[in-house]
Amino acid sequence: MSKKLRLIARLDVKDDHLVKGIQYEGLRKLGDPHDFARRYYEQGVDELLYLDTVASLYERNNLGDILRRTTADVFIPITAGGGLRSAEDVGAVLKAGADKAAVNTAALRRPQLITEIARAYGSQCVVVSIQAKRRDPARPEAGWEAYYDNGREHSGRDVLEWARQAAALGAGELLLTGVDKEGFRRGMDQQLIAAVAELVDIPVIAAGGAGSADDLVLAAKNGADAVAVGSMLHYGDSGVPALKRWLLDGGVEVRRWEL
Amino acid sequence: MGAVITVVDYGRSNLLSVRRALEHCGAQVRFASAPEEVLRAQALVLPGVGAFADGMEQLRRQGLAGPIRQKAGEGTPLLGICLGMQMLLEAGVEGGLTEGLGLIAGQVGPLPDKTADGAPLKVPHVGWGALTLAPSGASGLLRGTRQGDEVYFVHSFAARPARREDCAATVEYGGHTVCAAVARGNVTGLQFHPEKSGPVGLCMIRAFVESIG
Repeated sequence: MSKKLRLIARLDVKDDHLVKGIQYEGLRKLGDPHDFARRYYEQGVDELLYLDTVASLYERNNLGDILRRTTADVFIPITAGGGLRSAEDVGAVLKAGADKAAVNTAALRRPQLITEIARAYGSQCVVVSIQAKRRDPARPEAGWEAYYDNGREHSGRDVLEWARQAAALGAGELLLTGVDKEGFRRGMDQQLIAAVAELVDIPVIAAGGAGSADDLVLAAKNGADAVAVGSMLHYGDSGVPALKRWLLDGGVEVRRWEL
Repeated sequence: MGAVITVVDYGRSNLLSVRRALEHCGAQVRFASAPEEVLRAQALVLPGVGAFADGMEQLRRQGLAGPIRQKAGEGTPLLGICLGMQMLLEAGVEGGLTEGLGLIAGQVGPLPDKTADGAPLKVPHVGWGALTLAPSGASGLLRGTRQGDEVYFVHSFAARPARREDCAATVEYGGHTVCAAVARGNVTGLQFHPEKSGPVGLCMIRAFVESIG
């Protein structure tokens, strides 16, 4: 059975701007997120992922307005995340036009939240975002620890254990970011992707560090169901059609796109 | 003035996305949560996210099931989406065996949890799937759709129309053939989300808008 890799455009948002940093630091303003979203949609991206990068600090999510604008001319599934603390917060972004909600910090603090959201809106709505950092880059066997607040704070939780638990609590998908690689465009943490994809039977969205289509091909071969790509798209060196063509050339099936 | 489409609001769906897609295709949108609003409609969209039993109970509580059935019987164009499609059938088993609107003969049952080869299969089925159009599917809302066009699915249950000709399109999932669209006269149901399926989905919504005289 051929499985198709979903290509997700990841848009990190601060206030009303699309931003991109390296390992979530040194954020650069790139423009109106909605303009980028519409361009990627028109180019044939499969899904959008909006992350409010400062929401956790302010303990609120600011994406409502951007979501409402996006639904006017972007007709693909949208995931919203950042600072969502309760099932009510999730309800608010769903009402504003999101189809799924990504949770990280609040779920680490209170894992039961995953179940509450799944009960209220269905597990297909719940994306648990895991920011994974190697415990010791020199010793791969030391594994990964789950971080929050944009990779700044560590939770003490082992990533593999947390992934398994999140799936058992009702997560519909995992958004797995290799924090060590994030923003560098020098390759993804392929060991991390393979370890988590093998462990859980829910879809894994691989993110962090993609610099070439080869990285995405590798992620797919390591079991990722989807890849979330930020820098690669925003900095304009490869549009969605080119990426999809490379994926196809690399033997990875993608959704076909013709207008 | 464009076509006016009435979207049934029974508190169980993402109304904004459906509304925006209809507006994008040139329609004016009204929401209906009361029977008289449904009865006044020129065309109806029944959206829906959630479980069959809960959705039907909500429709009945608001007194909408009868009016929707009546309008469909009078020839008013009716489009059901996702749970709204499933409720067009005679019965569903999600949340206990429950009577549906009965506009399409057949029942709604769970997706298989094993592939045709016996391997575990992920349910809900979430993601893009390629449509296989039935010979009857080439007309109606799917008239602009091509074999293999891809649309976005989120579902754990699927319609099993009793009459083969009522199934307008199918999708393959885990080696099984699953009903993706039903159509009978003025009544159409789409298991997937046309409002989330890019230009392929918009093409169907546009066909619906344009079918309203």
